Amino acid sequence: MSIDITQFYQVFFEEAAEHLSTMESLLLALDVGDPSMDDLNAIFRSAHSIKGGSGTFGFNDMTEVTHVLENLLDRLRKQEMKLTDEMVNVFLEAGDVIHMQLDAHRGEGEVDAAQVKTVCEKLERLTCNVGGQPAHTPAVAIPTTAAAETAYGLFEDEPAAAETAYGFFDAEPAEKSSGDDAYGFFDDAVFDAPAKVDEPAYGFFTEEPAAAAPVVVADQSFGLFVDEPTQLPSTPQQAQQETQQGYGFFQKITPVAQESAPVAKEVVEAEAPRRRASDRTAPAADTSIRVNVEKVDQLINLVGELVITQAMLAESASTVDSGLYEKLQSGLHQLERNTRDLQEVIMSVRMLPISFVFSRFPRVVRDLAGKLGKQVELKTLGEGTELDKGLIEKIADPLTHLVRNSLDHGIESPERRLAAGKPEKGTITLKASHQGGNIVIEVADDGGGLNRAKILGKARERGLAMRDDMTDAEVWMLIFEAGFSTAEVITDVSGRGVGMDVVKRNIGAMGGRVEIDSVEGHGTRILIRLPLTLAILDGLSVAVGEQTYIIPLGYIIESLLMSDDDLRTVSGGGHMVHVRGEYLPLMALHEVFNVPNANVKKDARIVVIVEAEGKKIAVLVDELLGQHQVVIKSLESNFRKLPGISGATIMGNGKVALILDVAALSSVPARQSKLAA
Amino acid sequence: MATEIGSGVSNLSNNEFLTFTLGSEEYGLDILKVQEIRGYDAVTSIANMPEFIKGVVNLRGTIVPIVDLRIKFKMSQVVYDQFTVVIILNFGHRVVGIVVDSVSDVLTLKPEQIRAAPELSAALDTRYILGLGTVDERMLILVDIENLMTSGEMALTDEVVNG
Repeated sequence: MSIDITQFYQVFFEEAAEHLSTMESLLLALDVGDPSMDDLNAIFRSAHSIKGGSGTFGFNDMTEVTHVLENLLDRLRKQEMKLTDEMVNVFLEAGDVIHMQLDAHRGEGEVDAAQVKTVCEKLERLTCNVGGQPAHTPAVAIPTTAAAETAYGLFEDEPAAAETAYGFFDAEPAEKSSGDDAYGFFDDAVFDAPAKVDEPAYGFFTEEPAAAAPVVVADQSFGLFVDEPTQLPSTPQQAQQETQQGYGFFQKITPVAQESAPVAKEVVEAEAPRRRASDRTAPAADTSIRVNVEKVDQLINLVGELVITQAMLAESASTVDSGLYEKLQSGLHQLERNTRDLQEVIMSVRMLPISFVFSRFPRVVRDLAGKLGKQVELKTLGEGTELDKGLIEKIADPLTHLVRNSLDHGIESPERRLAAGKPEKGTITLKASHQGGNIVIEVADDGGGLNRAKILGKARERGLAMRDDMTDAEVWMLIFEAGFSTAEVITDVSGRGVGMDVVKRNIGAMGGRVEIDSVEGHGTRILIRLPLTLAILDGLSVAVGEQTYIIPLGYIIESLLMSDDDLRTVSGGGHMVHVRGEYLPLMALHEVFNVPNANVKKDARIVVIVEAEGKKIAVLVDELLGQHQVVIKSLESNFRKLPGISGATIMGNGKVALILDVAALSSVPARQSKLAA
Repeated sequence: MATEIGSGVSNLSNNEFLTFTLGSEEYGLDILKVQEIRGYDAVTSIANMPEFIKGVVNLRGTIVPIVDLRIKFKMSQVVYDQFTVVIILNFGHRVVGIVVDSVSDVLTLKPEQIRAAPELSAALDTRYILGLGTVDERMLILVDIENLMTSGEMALTDEVVNG
């Protein structure tokens, strides 16, 4: 094994993180009174995979924790002891600890050694608590002594290395269970095939030292394994369990495989069809590969180019005689369809289901509800709704904040709920759905709702801009002001008034909006509207002189024709436009951007009213061209940031159009309007 | 000075230069910095920029700024027609286009053909000149194009906000 394994660290990190989240979600779904064996086994396998991987890569601290964790899990799944709430909590804590260690190995954050120790001790205590100690004492002792650790590392590493030899696609053969990784199946196929020839039950063992070659002590290994009680019973059982239960996944498909290959009958029992199933169905299964995001973005760029080229071809071809060049025309039509399909597919590559974000909330809610002494049920709907990967990453924090907020301020204590005639258990609903070109994420609770009088009182206290005749919706938006909190008691969960303004700002930065809906006594609903993707923007193209600019649609309130009567001059040279009782500052784009030959019709000026950060501006343009979905391109990668411009895009004719940064537009240093220009 | 320039030249990965003309002067730049050569069209101008920044173009999906070196070097005649040439330069992390009068050829210079640049009071600061190359009767001004294009006075980077 002279290969440099550091190159595989990243794979291990990603996979370990996946295992941790699998483990966590399984733990949270676990019914403590009557845990399902499948789940316990799956949790065990996740822990085991992390242990195997960390051993291989020499992350001994992780190996130690997972080892202790595994001991307890192993006893549970062999039904030597009963699962308790305490155990689940400790398991979750252990998961956190491993995560912390993982982050530390990644070079992000540090390990809190005391916490690691506490968790290990808790785990060990629980493991030894109920019966059967003698056999397990050595196991617990192993990770604590350095010498034993090495010994353990020795033989644990070898099989792990054998696994990783195939594995680096999927280093952990335990992924037999997961069924969501195609490479995992190949591993199994490899392992199972020889296993069948020799001794099915122990195939796992026999095969491994063989593949790992350098293990001289093939038969002694058995003796060694005795020191490791968790290993010995676990693996054969795991192997057996596979043989007996198969992967639920494969069994469903087996009949199909048999039909297509009746020869399989000759081969002994279920083993063969299963192998065949894995051979045949692997490509069709839920396969996935890891691809660098940059590559995907590159693809998106190239397809964007292709679409533009295709549009240009179509335009030139529209001038030729379609009678003479019939084949050319039909070929171009074909090209158009193909490029559209291609674009659609490639855009979808960047999309991820929102369950990536939602999946963290059961844990958040569970922990927090426990801390606050509230009973809360979390419902998630529409987890399959897809949105851009970039948005997924950015929406997680604001959503977490909103959920915590709902839990802390929204849901009342069980007593209060009962008194109000509501069920003791509160409900928080997370829902995602598509609405037009937007994705709508809803965080709803059936708690106390917002109190108008209280918010107004608080706003007055804080000196926020407010009126008494504000609509409810306007009042609710006040809670997004900086430093606003109506919580009676400031807790460590929330109530310091930091955060809601950040939530709003973050969502705004993603091009989204927040809306609140609340009925006192019945609950609050917060809606987040986001564009489907960061890479594409809906915009209105406007002409100014020979230039085209894009105004993001989200900022536009209306466009209208303005006559000279609506124009007011302000001392200092500025102009205001009178629009239905409001005076808005007028900004002539050709002056802001010094565009020559602007063609503003004096009698019918076209203005676009935009609103950003609560300020409305009237933007004067020559002409409205149309509404487009444009692909946002960075100006900064080769050039630099420009005042008043948020990016650029490429129009159908191949020219570059600049996208206005509406929020920054008003502060662009421009000579004051001289409308006559 | 001489040693400095000598090291600058030997730092070049090879001694092949793309030569181009600006007015009556002939310049050379490291061929490895050149991505492609194309015509001048469809430039989107940008407000409040120095005159020599003509704007940005779409280069197969990438937004690339275009600098007219003729304006930068104060050439008297600046016309844009079908013969106007843009050299697209790639510095690894940035892509920039420069407009020149014409592109001539690619020359390989031996170290002994390269001499240190005299202190010129030209439009081009000596800092950005690697040296002078002589080929037969021709004299080439070898430009340190990457340093020039990323320097503050080109206003192409974010460091100079008030360009």
